Amino acid sequence: MSGQAGGASARTVIEVEHLTTHYGPRRILDDVSLSVREGEVFVIMGGSGSGKSTLLRYLLALERPTSGRVRLFGVDLHSARAAEIMQLRKRMGVAFQGGALLSSMSVGENVMLPLREHTDLDRRTMQIMARLKLEVVDLAGFEHLMPAELSGGMVKRAALARAVVMDPKLLFCDEPSAGLDPVVAAALDALILKLRNALGMTVVVVTHELDSAFNIADRIVVLDRGTILTIGTVDEVRRCADVRVQNLLNRRLETADLDPEAYLQRLTRDTSH
Amino acid sequence: MATEIRADADRSLAQGALSRLEQLGRRVAAAVSGLGFGAALFIESAFWLVMGRRRRQPVRVAAVAEEMMQVGVRAIPIVTVLSATIGVMLAIQGIYTLGLFGAESRVTIGIALSITREFAPLITGILVAGRSGSALAARLGTMNISQEIDALRVMGINPVRFLVAPSLLAMLVMLPALTFWSDLIALAGAGVYVSFELGISMAAYADQLIEVVSADDIVHGLSKSVIFAALIALVGVVNGAAVSGGAEGVGRATTRAVVQAITAIVITDMLFVFVMTRTAT
Repeated sequence: MSGQAGGASARTVIEVEHLTTHYGPRRILDDVSLSVREGEVFVIMGGSGSGKSTLLRYLLALERPTSGRVRLFGVDLHSARAAEIMQLRKRMGVAFQGGALLSSMSVGENVMLPLREHTDLDRRTMQIMARLKLEVVDLAGFEHLMPAELSGGMVKRAALARAVVMDPKLLFCDEPSAGLDPVVAAALDALILKLRNALGMTVVVVTHELDSAFNIADRIVVLDRGTILTIGTVDEVRRCADVRVQNLLNRRLETADLDPEAYLQRLTRDTSH
Repeated sequence: MATEIRADADRSLAQGALSRLEQLGRRVAAAVSGLGFGAALFIESAFWLVMGRRRRQPVRVAAVAEEMMQVGVRAIPIVTVLSATIGVMLAIQGIYTLGLFGAESRVTIGIALSITREFAPLITGILVAGRSGSALAARLGTMNISQEIDALRVMGINPVRFLVAPSLLAMLVMLPALTFWSDLIALAGAGVYVSFELGISMAAYADQLIEVVSADDIVHGLSKSVIFAALIALVGVVNGAAVSGGAEGVGRATTRAVVQAITAIVITDMLFVFVMTRTAT
């Protein structure tokens, strides 16, 4: 199903080394290191609060790492100048969880937006290119609608069309199947694979849906409470002996660490001031 | 045992004081960083307006026009109604007050100077803060929580150039324009009442206006409205950008934007008047 794992070349597109991040005093990511190879579908998996969305923000260069390194296409985000990050962004596309289509523009204008801002093409050409991508995601004829008039699945597909309109080398999808019924979710997974094969992109998918992850991934990283539990191919992750990974895969609740002292302290702590 | 309890109590008192101090510190830091953020936004917007075209990332004329429509043109009816009302109100009060000294005929100068120097810019500013400053905060806040701002950034589109600069420019152009319109309407409204009440013709009233109102008075009012425009836009943007916590957060930011903008307008007005009248005399 996942296909071309062996076909992925050895060149790395994303390198993360010892990334540690904080939100206020709370540590979100703890010494995360991974690399994503060219042409593969790499899935970042984990439950809520595992730090996967935070990791994505760093990969998207929305935050600058303070401790550790993140390199995209060999460019270190910590020391990169604004112009360099701008160039990087033209080579990547992002489909956000809620679509994040600009609500003041029609679907067609949304898909055309990156072209309008970054190219000198005339309007007619841009329209054709946007329609091409809308055809791919099966939304032909919907370009005049406003985002508010679309269903959840259509918004996600339109967001995908916008993400790939510049033919990026690197595509990020944040929770592509969240909030969709199983049939639509499966169709969206298939669409991501189709896009990867057609455009030869590297794809990074953030998800908490196991089925979706196993369907599309070449390799998976499993995050829990900000640390990496395991990285590997679908089979390797399935076979992983780590009890926390198995708990996640089998949808088992984790047995909480029962430290009676800490438990008592949590209950009696005075938070009135 | 007793001393232990006493020590515990002392410690929690000290902690309480410390945490209150810490809260105060955080608030002050947040306020200062808000001010700094506003100033940075202003500078960055100005940069994109001037340099955008050369960097091949222009501020879109269409976006500015759309904002001007929203901020300026669509506000004309309400500005007209309020200004006319204020003009008539000032005429009534002026005639009554001066009537106490039997000096009704001198009412024009009072009306003219209060309108051009104070009422028109202030009322228009407050109105636009309520109409457009809040809308700006709500729009940016909604875009923020639906990740539209993030989406712009990852598409390589600078949100300040794309969203803030057009709003700021539209506000800087349209608020003085609306203020000038307000000047005209309020003076006309006052004129209708004065000519009716004191039995002078509109032409005679207009002659009096030309005699007493100098260009300086108009410019004084319009200069203030330019400052108000920047305040309204930046307060709206800063509050919108700081939204967290979903739809409720958007509502809170919207309210805060209006309250802060009006407060900033009134205080700035007082400072401006103080400085200008001091230097004039």
